[in-house]
Amino acid sequence: MFGYFLELALRSLKRSKALTALMVLAVAMGIGACMTTLTVLHVVSGDPIPGKSQKLFYPQIEPRDEDNGFYTKGEPPEQLSWRDAMALLKAGRADRQAVMTGGMAPVQQADTTQDPFFVRARYTTADFFALFDVPLKYGHAWSATEDDRRERIAVISSSLNDKLFHGEDSIGRTVRFNGADLRVVGVIETWRPHPHFYDLNAGNYAEGEDVFLPLGTSRDIHAPRSGSRDCWGKGHQVEENTLETADCVWVQLWVELDTPARVADYKAFLVHYSEEQLAAGRFHLPVNVRLRNVMAWLDSQKVVPKDVHLQVWLALGFFVVCLVNTVGLMLAKFMRRSAEVGVRRALGASRGAVFAQLVTEAGMVGLAGGVAGLLFAVLGLWLVRKQPDQYASLAHLDLPMLAATFGMAIGATVVAGLLPAWRACQITPALQLKSQ
Amino acid sequence: MLDIRPILSTLHRHKVTAVLLVLEIALTCAIVCNAVFLVRQRLDWMQMSSGVDEAHVVDVRPVAMGGTLESHGRIEETLASLRNIPGVEQVSLMNQIPLGKESWNAGIKLDPNVVAPAMHVANYYGDNAIPTLGGQIEEGRDFRPDEYAWLDDITSGRTDVVIPHVVIVTRFVADQLFHGHALGKVLYLDDIPMRIIGVTRNIVRPNVFDRATTYGSIFLPVHMTEGLGATYVMRTKPGQGDSVIKAAAAKLRELDPNRVILSKRHFSEVRDAFFASDRAMANLLVGVCVALLVITALGIVGLASFWVSQRRRQIGVRRALGATRRDVLRYFQTENFLLATMGIALGMVMAYGINIVLMVHYELPRLPAAYLPMGAIVLWALGQIAVWAPAHRASNVPPVEATRGN
Repeated sequence: MFGYFLELALRSLKRSKALTALMVLAVAMGIGACMTTLTVLHVVSGDPIPGKSQKLFYPQIEPRDEDNGFYTKGEPPEQLSWRDAMALLKAGRADRQAVMTGGMAPVQQADTTQDPFFVRARYTTADFFALFDVPLKYGHAWSATEDDRRERIAVISSSLNDKLFHGEDSIGRTVRFNGADLRVVGVIETWRPHPHFYDLNAGNYAEGEDVFLPLGTSRDIHAPRSGSRDCWGKGHQVEENTLETADCVWVQLWVELDTPARVADYKAFLVHYSEEQLAAGRFHLPVNVRLRNVMAWLDSQKVVPKDVHLQVWLALGFFVVCLVNTVGLMLAKFMRRSAEVGVRRALGASRGAVFAQLVTEAGMVGLAGGVAGLLFAVLGLWLVRKQPDQYASLAHLDLPMLAATFGMAIGATVVAGLLPAWRACQITPALQLKSQ
Repeated sequence: MLDIRPILSTLHRHKVTAVLLVLEIALTCAIVCNAVFLVRQRLDWMQMSSGVDEAHVVDVRPVAMGGTLESHGRIEETLASLRNIPGVEQVSLMNQIPLGKESWNAGIKLDPNVVAPAMHVANYYGDNAIPTLGGQIEEGRDFRPDEYAWLDDITSGRTDVVIPHVVIVTRFVADQLFHGHALGKVLYLDDIPMRIIGVTRNIVRPNVFDRATTYGSIFLPVHMTEGLGATYVMRTKPGQGDSVIKAAAAKLRELDPNRVILSKRHFSEVRDAFFASDRAMANLLVGVCVALLVITALGIVGLASFWVSQRRRQIGVRRALGATRRDVLRYFQTENFLLATMGIALGMVMAYGINIVLMVHYELPRLPAAYLPMGAIVLWALGQIAVWAPAHRASNVPPVEATRGN
């Protein structure tokens, strides 16, 4: 029966090509716009590190002498001072922990005359790679001992490895970073979590770094820092190379806590640490700690751009207009065929059969609209990728969105077909036959 | 206008289709009004004045490998060499440039005993920064050479150097904090009292966290050192920007081969980059508006064609009874006008509804009333254009149609 309905639907659609094309176009444009914006939303609000985001936490404490209320609005600062970060790192109360900050410096292969170029770098501690499940292609991460010895070593990205060493196993080779020679100990696979959750100072959707080196080493070689630094009290009068002792926050700490009990313990530890510092006269403001996991942290930082939400609403509005349009056209189309429906009813087709046939026809418009909508979405995403925003380059159609496109197109047009089909079923066969 | 009653009774018989068309026009009207308003907002924002002599300012940003250049003599030498490049009017090594996105900020206080700063401002450093940017001192004077101190001397806490105690503020800061009479007043920066010796025409911040303080900038007599985002800013003679950029980049490398040029830009590029995502959003909104209007027009064409083909016999009867082609044409045009009017009326209510939601969630101002008549005119015109072809076809129905079956 369904096959017969399909055949009838095809014939009917072929009969009024312009109207059919118009309906398909309307559905396709609506679907295309929705899918484009929803894919962007999906990309920008996604979990940057699925499977682990619930276990990674970002400790914040209040070390300042006054809260000027502008940047933080009742929240502790977004980063930690060197002294606090090191104290929390050495305490080792979490399953894994890493302190880090970002930088940018010229890099070149040590033994060539190749011109240096700028890369983004991360200065961090040993656990970074295990903490964030960073996949290694060659070699291995460094150890805490190498951190302590401030060894001149680096882990590089595979794209930098391609540029400097033509993709070969470069373990043991040397890169010159900001004028200092560093021995490559590891090469990571392509790794770009988005949002760039572990350090939003780099930009919410920044690309991954190309060079990773021990935090201590970065201080020794005066590697340039990039990112924010917020100071208070005498902290304003401080130089970059004495930041370790300054009243400034400029590093981030991430910790891994595997069970809720560990999380509670860690939070208690942060409170205890703050109280100790307060008692020692180092801290001045009331204890104020935060321990957010990845998604809560991103949420608190309002990472998803407002424009993206606006675009989704705009596209949904557009889609609704397209659907209303389609309902109107379909109604016109079905009513035009009153005579045909009358004949079929008179020949014994049940109301249900006529209804099913018309809904099938609507569904076919949806299917065609879905296919064309997919093309529009691909085109739309291509346009999005041409945009200047940092997240733009991430906008690609993925499988769930692809399935959603068809689901939405067919679902919406079938719903849009219900009213016209129902109206058409109400036709009294006798009346239609008489008017012939 | 005589046709209105029969039209209404016909529409009554096609309630569902008529309602759908009205709804479509209403939604389109509501969305287009708000989208155009959003575009207007973006365009206004993008046309904001930076206070910089945009056509003539360029900047070249070097970074030295293996540590920053901090020798004062070398920086003075570099500045002098850049000043000698043909086409250069002024040079400054600045810590940041307007609309450059990376910013140095500070809280200024009027009373050192109050904890919360009176305003958060961007603090510009650099020799002759204001004339280099093409800014204008409106009141008071620019800094004297003896008022400057080196940034690294200040941050290293040397006590034997002069620490600046004078400051120049923008017109905006003067108006906001001193009711326009800022000259000679004192503000506190890191609890150090600073006397205001000049007020400059508004110069925008490098980034705008809060549009209420777009022009919250101050200038300090500080000689910048290289590194930390410092960039050589030059004001050039007309048409010499390209050659100056090229010569300056070459000069910087020649003076110190350890330097790498991180960026070299005309100010127009800085401005374009700053507004890039606003421009993209405005384009998107315009695109959606056009698509909506096209879809709505096509919908009108489709439904009107359907009605015309359904009413061929009636039209024939009317023609046979003496109606002219013009009358038939006018009938469909009036019908469309009525539907559009209903759609527009409903659309205006919806437009305000959407605007209220946008006001709550996106901090948008109220939709100015002028948008509604404009929206109405656009949709009326759209309806008339769309209905023209079907109506024209209807007017061509011959009177003989009345005698045919169906």
